[in-house]
Amino acid sequence: MLIKIFKNFRALPFALLVIFTTVLPALAGPFEDAIAKFADDDYSSTEEAVGLIATSGNPLAFAIISALQDGRLMADPDTKKIYVTQADGKIIDAATGAAVASIPDSAAAVRINNHLRRAVDAALGGLTLSSPDPDKRIQAAQSVFKTHDEAMLPLIDNALKKETNRDAKQALTVARAAILLFKADATEEQKLDAVATIRSRGDQEALAMLADVPSDAPPAVAHAAAGAISAIQQRLALWSVVQNAWYGLSLGSVLLLAAIGLAITFGVMGVINMAHGEMVMIGAYVTFVVQQTIRTSYAGLAEYSLLIAVPAAFIVAGAIGILIERTIIRFLYGRPLETLLATWGLSLVLQQAVRTMFGPTNQEVANPSWMSGAFQLGQISITYNRLWILCFTLAVFAILLAMLRYTALGLEMRAVTQNRRMAASMGIATSRVDALTFGLGSGIAGIAGVALSQIDNVSPNLGQSYIIDSFMVVVFGGVGNLWGTLVGAFTLGIANKFLEPVAGAVLGKIAILVLIILFIQKRPRGLFAMKGRAVEA
Amino acid sequence: MLTQLTHDTATPLSRRRWLAATAGLILGLSAFGSAKAADDTIKVGVLHSLSGTMAISETTLKDTVLFMIDEQNKKGGVLGKKLEAVVVDPASNWPLFAEKARELITKDKVSVVFGCWTSVSRKSVLPVFKELNSILFYPVQYEGEESERNVFYTGAAPNQQAIPAVDYLMKEEKVKRWVLAGTDYVYPRTTNKILEAYLKSKGVKDEDIMINYTPFGHSDWQTIVADIKKFGSAGKKTAVVSTINGDANVPFYKELGNQGIKATDIPVVAFSVGEEELAGLDTRPLVGHLAAWNYFESIKTPANEAFIKEWQAYTKNPKRTTNDPMEATYIGFNMWVKAVEKAKSVDADKVIDALPGTKTPNLTGGIAEVLPNHHITKPVFIGEIKGNGQFDVVWKTPGLVAGDAWSKELPDSKDLIGDWVGHKCGNWNTKTNKCGG
Repeated sequence: MLIKIFKNFRALPFALLVIFTTVLPALAGPFEDAIAKFADDDYSSTEEAVGLIATSGNPLAFAIISALQDGRLMADPDTKKIYVTQADGKIIDAATGAAVASIPDSAAAVRINNHLRRAVDAALGGLTLSSPDPDKRIQAAQSVFKTHDEAMLPLIDNALKKETNRDAKQALTVARAAILLFKADATEEQKLDAVATIRSRGDQEALAMLADVPSDAPPAVAHAAAGAISAIQQRLALWSVVQNAWYGLSLGSVLLLAAIGLAITFGVMGVINMAHGEMVMIGAYVTFVVQQTIRTSYAGLAEYSLLIAVPAAFIVAGAIGILIERTIIRFLYGRPLETLLATWGLSLVLQQAVRTMFGPTNQEVANPSWMSGAFQLGQISITYNRLWILCFTLAVFAILLAMLRYTALGLEMRAVTQNRRMAASMGIATSRVDALTFGLGSGIAGIAGVALSQIDNVSPNLGQSYIIDSFMVVVFGGVGNLWGTLVGAFTLGIANKFLEPVAGAVLGKIAILVLIILFIQKRPRGLFAMKGRAVEA
Repeated sequence: MLTQLTHDTATPLSRRRWLAATAGLILGLSAFGSAKAADDTIKVGVLHSLSGTMAISETTLKDTVLFMIDEQNKKGGVLGKKLEAVVVDPASNWPLFAEKARELITKDKVSVVFGCWTSVSRKSVLPVFKELNSILFYPVQYEGEESERNVFYTGAAPNQQAIPAVDYLMKEEKVKRWVLAGTDYVYPRTTNKILEAYLKSKGVKDEDIMINYTPFGHSDWQTIVADIKKFGSAGKKTAVVSTINGDANVPFYKELGNQGIKATDIPVVAFSVGEEELAGLDTRPLVGHLAAWNYFESIKTPANEAFIKEWQAYTKNPKRTTNDPMEATYIGFNMWVKAVEKAKSVDADKVIDALPGTKTPNLTGGIAEVLPNHHITKPVFIGEIKGNGQFDVVWKTPGLVAGDAWSKELPDSKDLIGDWVGHKCGNWNTKTNKCGG
């Protein structure tokens, strides 16, 4: 048995531990006592256990505490035994490190609350300071920075001596400064140094730390902290402008994505399509179905489900669009009021159909890992999903422009919208072009749904919230002009985001609406008005 | 028998008269049939939106009432009669709620109605229930400041949800700075008014409270989440109290997760986010954020486990979740059954008089009692979001909390009580000893 374990390299430390604990039972006592506390199902005993285990120096400490953090630590209240399910699915007994075949049914995950989570973060911070992965070391230093626990100082000093990675060194220095700043018996000079170090970090967390400096600090330190606070605040105020601009771009990209299909059906064809939002919604549901299928049948492709959903959504929404055009809209050309009513009714039908098929509740569309989280650019954090959506929107826009400019269908579409009768006389099958154009607009709306499923609810009401905004963008940008839609969307997005911090989300929205109404009074054809005879046609 | 009839009357009937006779017969039969049904069954109205914005939340409650009726009928119904559900769809359209309520009471002659979700829909049906003197059971947490003779509030009043949640954050998480974020309508606005008054009475300063409202279905949370982050970096422990309504929650939580606001830094406690809302979300980045409710699906009691099992069997969906408003519907339904049995009648006046004092067990091991102000007693739980979309109860009130119809925190309502037993009045002023009418 032992030889078997030895053969398995991964189990080596645990096997060693088995020997260790049996040879030296006196040392195992407090550690095992601490482990048994997890079975109490009481937050304060769990906290005690975490503290004891973190400082025990036992090689299993990291495995146990990180398992607690992830809910992989199971306690059996009857036998008081604690089990750890490791990342590779193997189960070990937490007290001895011995492999266990299965966890008994009576065991339940050890519960933690926020208070404990903070204790766990701090404990893990100490334990991962010497991790071989520099990112983990930075994270550990970060959690020490937050808790600035004096007991961590020797560990940090130690880690600093060994540290070779530049970023990790920086993080450790800041963490050390945070500890010194709050250490009662640190010298004034040390504290002043600490303030300067934290000031150099210059972000909101540094600001929080400096604002927290105890009131009984020496006057020189308090003064330096106050100076640092105002310096950081000034810097952050500048960054907040950049941040608003980025948020505006991001909102603009969402608006553009939602409106771009409408720019074709409404802008180019002149059909007031109230069911446009539902095409977006259908795209989102296609994403859901694709993801569901991949999850159940081809789990390996999960990360790429969105890429597969894009063409699928385009085809499904486009096909539905063509069907709608052939069965309803083609009978209503030139009658805007009837089109409006018919498509609005159609939007209700589509919503209710989806509601009956999928149920009224939200469906979960998972974010792939490359679309979750954020990265730091200076003092603003940029979330990956928004960044990808911005790139995606611009790509869709570019492809659409190229299609209209360089393909035969694009040429025919432009010909038909400019002069339908002339185009027909030249041998263009106008009704076929109509159907394809409408299908194209709907398909692009479907693609928008794929992207929106990443940031919004996937529910039957998804489309409703975008239809007004989409019309606003198209009308503001200028009907019949794709560039107008682009500029319109980004203008509205940025204006909205600069208004929002001042006026609030509700008033901001109203203000935008009023501004657009005033603008339309002045320029009824929008930002980029089409000129020439086509307008009259 | 019909053929017999034609043979006896020797004159052959023309085709038209044949038709008329048959139609008349069928009509008569069906009239007889429905008259008979009305005698045999007690009709129960279900007034929940099955389409439109609110369908996402309300459809489940419609199913819950149908499920409860089904269960009750298996036990032999009420007063020896079977229950019959009459379901209407007010389509998330507030004026339509009033129309459908009138239709239920006058045309379908229902004895009781279970329905409404948003406060505005409740306000819109109130005059109808008063005028036609019928009974409404309202199963959703709401802003309080109301006590009507014809309405029974089985959801939480602010002192049964919002105030205990804030107390928890103050005591256990040592929160000193507060963000009150809500959707812009009556429930969040009133709740935040109550909370603001409460926080100030506890010594929280103006600059430590940030209030923020967003429109229904708000989906771009970047600025607000960044603002919260900024507000939270003033060196004091900060928490967000969220009264954000259903639909807007998913993008809000997604943005929180993406911008890396962890529950250990800035916890968010929500009053409208339950198991249903989390079903549309990957909850792993949200672990530790909180919700305050009077019920959680994860609470282990025999009654709750049985309820979940039967509910999943009834809906034929082993993954179907339960939530707080469902429990409130469950309690309301059982209370109505008890009161009807006590009154031995479904007459609205008799049932309304029988309801106060009625006790039925809730699903979490306590007893719900109808109070004279038509609210009920409830336990309050604080749950933390887990990675599997469920909640882990981290705190509960030691006993049951009696629902206050009128908030004690607001100067306008602190002297008012609802008392439909002694004073027969929904807004009795204890200072002047007068009924506000």
